[in-house]
Amino acid sequence: MKNKSLISIHDYSKEDYFKILEWSDIFRKNPNEYENLLLGKVIATLFFEPSTRTRLSFESAVQRMGGRIIGFSDPGSSSVQKGESLKDTILTVAQYADLIVMRHPIEGSARWASEVSPIPIINAGDGANQHPTQCLLDLYTIKETQKTLENLTITFIGDLKYGRTVHSLIQAMSNFNPTFHLVSPDTLKLPNEYKLLLNERNIQYYEHKDMSEVIKQSDIVYVTRVQRERFSDPIEYEKVKNAYVLDLTMLDGTKPNLKVLHPLPRVNEITVDVDDSDKAYYFQQALNGVYTRMAIIALILGLKN
Amino acid sequence: METKKELVVSAIKDGTVIDHIPANSLFKVISILELNKIETPITIGSNLESKKLGKKGIIKISNKFPNDSDLNKISLFAPEAKINIIRNYEVVEKKIVQLPDTIEGIVKCMNPKCITNFEQVKTRFVVIDKKNVTLKCCYCEKITNQENFEMR
Repeated sequence: MKNKSLISIHDYSKEDYFKILEWSDIFRKNPNEYENLLLGKVIATLFFEPSTRTRLSFESAVQRMGGRIIGFSDPGSSSVQKGESLKDTILTVAQYADLIVMRHPIEGSARWASEVSPIPIINAGDGANQHPTQCLLDLYTIKETQKTLENLTITFIGDLKYGRTVHSLIQAMSNFNPTFHLVSPDTLKLPNEYKLLLNERNIQYYEHKDMSEVIKQSDIVYVTRVQRERFSDPIEYEKVKNAYVLDLTMLDGTKPNLKVLHPLPRVNEITVDVDDSDKAYYFQQALNGVYTRMAIIALILGLKN
Repeated sequence: METKKELVVSAIKDGTVIDHIPANSLFKVISILELNKIETPITIGSNLESKKLGKKGIIKISNKFPNDSDLNKISLFAPEAKINIIRNYEVVEKKIVQLPDTIEGIVKCMNPKCITNFEQVKTRFVVIDKKNVTLKCCYCEKITNQENFEMR
């Protein structure tokens, strides 16, 4: 993995993923033991579109290992505003840093950056395309809570059409013989290309409009937000919006090992009373994001192997 | 014997004949092979009758023998093209074009949000389905289908 950019979930081998999960676990169990690991290293965080959560998670990961950070969180304050090409920005910043973490609204921008950059790039989201560190922290959280990735029943709820995190996780988990339940409004169903992949790999999946029964069979419930702006007709949104809200009473009778995950930010799709349940795990999931990113950075910089 | 028929496009002594090009792809093929940069004689027939294609195009390039990887590029637009290599008025070799595993340049990515449509990035695709000519962009990972091919 040393010096190898992480752009897409397809870039790394299964062994690489296990390596990342293994190191995420070591960082989680001994968070203070590695506070000088990045001593003398400079990490650039280039956020061409704002994403407070992802940026803070990466910056926390770097700071916990004693690294320094340069970068911007708003392209309005950078030379991009003056019309500089992405290639020039990357080639310039690469002179100042050891690793670049970038988020960009244009799809494929991270791949292009990795092709021109002399230093490794971590893709922190390129438009609707890829966000591989989110997928890895999801995998880590599933493994942490279920002790395995194999043979799990996972229910996805909400926007399965545009949800990038859902698509990546479905692809990644399909290596581990899961059963998927897909709960979404008709207009936000999982796109066909992913169903073809599941058929190809002989993976069982079932589509539902109602979540109440299937969550009782689930090991993981992964909730995403149904966004108003995805509906051309506001009446359609009003009709379905409450059908995809998870509340505390719905957790009655669910499996003891069930964990509820969410990539955050949450709006109202999980009611706040769920937060107190020990089945709610989305904030720990966010914390795991820090450990997973620590592992990815340390492995790419060759400081661990 | 072919010689009994009248040739619509006159024969060449030495060179390459590209036949069975769909008529509406002829000028794309000319562009892909960059024939505008060649200085030897080229004869081109367009909208010729073809039992197989309805209307076809044909290109005869004198004294030039494009390599296979260049010829294979035209398979995007002329998958059934036949290549005849001519030496001294005789066909000495017949070839068909084959779709390569990757395509660089030539076509645009149909995703308007793809980086290749914003910056000066040469497009690159993996051919994921040779039969239906389906390309996957190496940058944005979106699919571009045959019916959406647009030249760069």
